[in-house]
Amino acid sequence: MTDALLALWDGAFGSSYAVWSATLVRATPLLLVGLAVALAFRAGVLNIGAEGQLIVGAIAATVMALAFDGLPRVLMVPAMAIAGALAGASWAGIAAWLRRRFGVLEVISTIMLNFVALALVSWVVRGPLQEPSRIYPQSPTFGEAARWPFLISGQRLHLGFALGIVLAIASWFWLARTASGLRVRLVGASARAAESAGGVDVARTTFVVFLASGALAGLGGAAEVGGVTWALYEGLSPGYGYTAIAVALLARLDPRCVVASAILFGALDAGAAAMQRDAGVPAVIVQVFVAAVVLAVLAGTQLQSAARARTATVRAEEL
Amino acid sequence: MEQVLVPFLEATVRTATPLAFAALGEQVSERAGVINLGLEGTIIAGCLGALVASGVGGPVAGFAGGIAAGILITAVFAIFVVGLRTDQIIAGTAVTMLGLGLTGALYRGLYGVAGASLNAPTIAPIAIPGFSAIPVLGPALFRQTLPTYLLYLLVPALAWWMRNTHAGLALRATGERAEAAAAAGLAPSHVRLAALMFSGAMGGLCGATLVLAQVGTFSEGMSAGRGFIAIAVVVLGRWSVFGTAAAALIFGAAFALQYLFQAVGWALPYQLFVAFPYVLTLVLLAVQRGRAAAPAELGRA
Repeated sequence: MTDALLALWDGAFGSSYAVWSATLVRATPLLLVGLAVALAFRAGVLNIGAEGQLIVGAIAATVMALAFDGLPRVLMVPAMAIAGALAGASWAGIAAWLRRRFGVLEVISTIMLNFVALALVSWVVRGPLQEPSRIYPQSPTFGEAARWPFLISGQRLHLGFALGIVLAIASWFWLARTASGLRVRLVGASARAAESAGGVDVARTTFVVFLASGALAGLGGAAEVGGVTWALYEGLSPGYGYTAIAVALLARLDPRCVVASAILFGALDAGAAAMQRDAGVPAVIVQVFVAAVVLAVLAGTQLQSAARARTATVRAEEL
Repeated sequence: MEQVLVPFLEATVRTATPLAFAALGEQVSERAGVINLGLEGTIIAGCLGALVASGVGGPVAGFAGGIAAGILITAVFAIFVVGLRTDQIIAGTAVTMLGLGLTGALYRGLYGVAGASLNAPTIAPIAIPGFSAIPVLGPALFRQTLPTYLLYLLVPALAWWMRNTHAGLALRATGERAEAAAAAGLAPSHVRLAALMFSGAMGGLCGATLVLAQVGTFSEGMSAGRGFIAIAVVVLGRWSVFGTAAAALIFGAAFALQYLFQAVGWALPYQLFVAFPYVLTLVLLAVQRGRAAAPAELGRA
């Protein structure tokens, strides 16, 4: 037990390599996708499809990297990021449009789209984007220009993490300090009240947030292929889109806290790999931990609001 | 033609069987107003439960073990969504992660870090005399394992039960207007609890069928999205029992088509067939205006 925990700690924070090349690298997609989920949930959009949006983002960034191979890095990296974000937004846009136009529940449509995205990546890595020898189901390795710059020399931490931090601050600022962010929060708190009392165009607001959420998840996919794998393959995401739900919930849907919560889950992920290697404890145990965190947060929130409702009733009776 | 068609139809029914169990369970819980996204976790729990129990007491114990494991993990989900009235979507996602993680860890804990491949003897198909001799359809429908025959009985029985019994009415009323059901003297939380336990048992049976009638072993994540697919099946089946069974067949056929195409060597990418049922579900949801068919209380805490 102690061995396992020591190995977990060492794998996550035990050395500068563990911190800068394992923990924070694994935290990067969780940060971007966690922001995507947090933003959507704040507006009451149950986007369970971040996994699919991440995958199409990775595909789009790969297409960009391979098709415009000669581009200099200063143009290539932003082009990949934009392609990933646009693809993620379009993928989310299908579900957003189905919801707005036909009232299709996004919980169901985004899950369907996750499967379609999985089939899509499975096809492209065996078809149009397969490496030239046609043996492995993966894309060719990207050229130098398409590899995102590292932040610290000798470590694997890449630009995607810095981008995530900036976007976390930007999302927070948008939600907390701007009028349109306030509308998002109103819609999330009570769509009906926002519509009738606040004069908010609920359909439009949720649509826009849905697209923004997809863009963030797609950017997460672009950052993963550009910063970590330098190639596209199936199984690129070990379920980041689902873990991101835990990341967002633990952060109480606050973009600033998503940074901390993504680092925590990134550390768990990195530590779990080390734990399996050094102490023989299966890494999947971390998933149990993630699930326990989500359930604990859920129960905690529920009990808290029940207690608050009780106090409110008592106060009302006193009056 | 028959050499290609018969194995294809056989594979369709075989693949559809576990999916149909899970989807029928999900359908019952959704009709009571609970969307159970933990189903994926339930199925994988059923897989491991079946493997462990069959190692101790043979196939019958295996099926019982799968069902028990499914009920057990769904009980966790029920505590949250029925007991604490938390958000169903988030609790379901967490229970799915719990199931996938716990079974993976337990399997390695029980059978070594490498997860030595452990085999459970699979039950053999039984040919129904006479019926299985019907050309083409006979072998597909009547040369299957016991769970498939159980399904043939379950589908009409469940449809009849939902339509004609007091309990079936209570179930539907809870999903459509929980308040009205409560006013009529029903306890919506009890109805939902019972529906969820049935859903857990069916999810567990799905997992047990996978292990004991098809694969013969356990591997991490072997449920491979069937829980989510089952949810799609329910939607595609428009929340009716027969519709759900038919939709499970469509998904079964789509999966069987992949093998068929690989065998025949046609040039179309097989992923097209993998994606087909999901795209179909999306299109049907849009054209039939999904919400109209869905239980009104679906997803409400």
